[in-house]
Amino acid sequence: MAEPVNSDIVEQRLGRPTYDPDYPGIPHGDPRYGTTVDKPEEGDTKIANYTVNFGPQHPAAHGVLRLVLELDGEIVERVDPHVGLLHRGTEKLIEAKPYLQNIPYFDRLDYCSPMCMEHSFVLAIEKLLGLEVPIRAQYLRVFFAELTRIMNHMLNLGSHIMDVGAMTPNLWLFEIREDTLNFYERASGARMHANYFRPGGVHQDVPLKLLTDIGDWLDTRLPRLFEDAISLVADNRIFKQRNVDIGVVSKEDAIAWGFSGPMIRAAGVPWDLRKSQPYDVYDRMKFDVPVGTRGDCYDRFMVRVEEVRQSARIMKQCLQEMPEGPVLTMDRKVAPPRRADMKQSMEALIHHFKLYTEGFHVPAGEVYVATESPKGEFGVYLVADGTNKPYRCKIRPTGFSHLQAMDFMMKGHMLADTTAILSAIDIVFGEVDR
Amino acid sequence: MGSPHPRFTSNEGVIERVRTALGDRLIDALEHVGEIKLIVKREAIADALRLLRDTPGLEYQQLMEIAGVDHPDREERFEVVYCMLSLTRNHRLHVHVATDEEKPVPSVTALWPVAGWLEREVYDLYGVLFDGNPDLRRIITDYGFQGHPLRKDFPMTGYVELRYSEADKRVVYEPVKLAQDFRTFEFLSPWEGAKYVLPGDEKASPQAPGAPSPVKADEVKK
Repeated sequence: MAEPVNSDIVEQRLGRPTYDPDYPGIPHGDPRYGTTVDKPEEGDTKIANYTVNFGPQHPAAHGVLRLVLELDGEIVERVDPHVGLLHRGTEKLIEAKPYLQNIPYFDRLDYCSPMCMEHSFVLAIEKLLGLEVPIRAQYLRVFFAELTRIMNHMLNLGSHIMDVGAMTPNLWLFEIREDTLNFYERASGARMHANYFRPGGVHQDVPLKLLTDIGDWLDTRLPRLFEDAISLVADNRIFKQRNVDIGVVSKEDAIAWGFSGPMIRAAGVPWDLRKSQPYDVYDRMKFDVPVGTRGDCYDRFMVRVEEVRQSARIMKQCLQEMPEGPVLTMDRKVAPPRRADMKQSMEALIHHFKLYTEGFHVPAGEVYVATESPKGEFGVYLVADGTNKPYRCKIRPTGFSHLQAMDFMMKGHMLADTTAILSAIDIVFGEVDR
Repeated sequence: MGSPHPRFTSNEGVIERVRTALGDRLIDALEHVGEIKLIVKREAIADALRLLRDTPGLEYQQLMEIAGVDHPDREERFEVVYCMLSLTRNHRLHVHVATDEEKPVPSVTALWPVAGWLEREVYDLYGVLFDGNPDLRRIITDYGFQGHPLRKDFPMTGYVELRYSEADKRVVYEPVKLAQDFRTFEFLSPWEGAKYVLPGDEKASPQAPGAPSPVKADEVKK
């Protein structure tokens, strides 16, 4: 049993290096600092490094992040991110519930892009089941995954701009985000935690009016608001001064630190899982993958800006090509029958009852399925043991690896650059802490 | 048509190449639902992953994930799974090692700096030790937390709960008190051979099990 936290334990957990009382700024016994400097000559001034706590409650921390920053004046010497303040034990909870009841947990991981989280999970289940998915359902999933990408980038781009000092674009981008949330509501009934994707398709078909409204929105409102907002910052002198050459990451470093998504593309690696490992109907979509040249925060920002335009392009293709047909697999051992059938058919009633009490059984096996979420590679490592519950479901959060690289990206930058680098990572703690 | 999962390049010939590259470091290599699973000797894991990264023709440059799995019925109860990705060959596989509470797994932080936090997480949630990780602190759980919450024998509700105490003016930790028992349901149908006495059935004389159901859900041909 855990005892009340006392400060000694906390100190121990933090693993702070021991300090020499004569030279409080110079840590001993930490190999990252090399050896201690010689005793100062007479006439030298002794300078102590500051240790500053950034967060856990800070508007620019994008959630509950605690950064222990060690500063030399205003230069950041070392960053120690402390995560886990939003840990809810999702992976443990998932082990105790049937597969279908676990989908809502995925909405609550990265709550800025809920449907993309569900996407990995349902694809993992389908892979283990070997389940075919109707083509309209695949189109709908791609369509809403891209809507989600726009939704996510609106929040991230807006808050990035605001973190480096501009206010207006954020308000305009939130207008777009509000629209996407409304579309979510019209498709799934919920503004954020959609619970819309299912193993075998999507929960229900969307009304035609919703598709035509999104089509109109893609043609008029989205480009107008988005291009207006971005035109305020993309070539803005102050915005560039705050972002260009900040947090530069080379190709080699990006690979070694496990980067993915816009972070690895900004570093110059043209790697997009939608292109290289297409799932659903992404192989039918025509879109470009933007790639950065310098690997700094500005590149990451601009990669995301271009991704929004490409997402709109994919959504338009979906609208043009989406066929009519079922939106959920007809395999009654996995997906429930329509409610109307249940009033007529005894078998449908039995299937419905079995699926919503016991759920379906997934054959034993292990899969690692990763999709291109708006933040990068979001993976699910699913171990099934043949029962109706996952034996183990390891969630591979995108931001976890990116946040780990904070120390290496921040070294030598000014304190004020912390927020720019943090925003350009695009972290959400629901996902990092699980 | 098959399921619409992410499609990477084919597994053809990969197992043979891995066998040649890893030699006796490899215990077994399996393929299931299109994914390759390598089981590697624990002492040789760092070496094996380096070979997977640097051997031409394999080139798994990125370590995407390290997952722990707990199998309490096994002699070495923990499994550590390394999910590898090749950017140049567009291929994935996972590498498994087995260990227990005491035997440390060699750390791969020297190969991939990203392994630092990934190993910390497995240590935190399962208590698997990593030999050579310079910073093996807890990461996900609370400061001062005790136990390893993702082990199968760790209760879902945990042991302590915390609240803000108005009297002490601070957050206090107390043993967990539940208003109702945690509810789990046994979904094995009685006619498929439940091993326990059904609730309300305690006085009934034992009966022979009924006829087996003709086809189970996971045996239906798709």
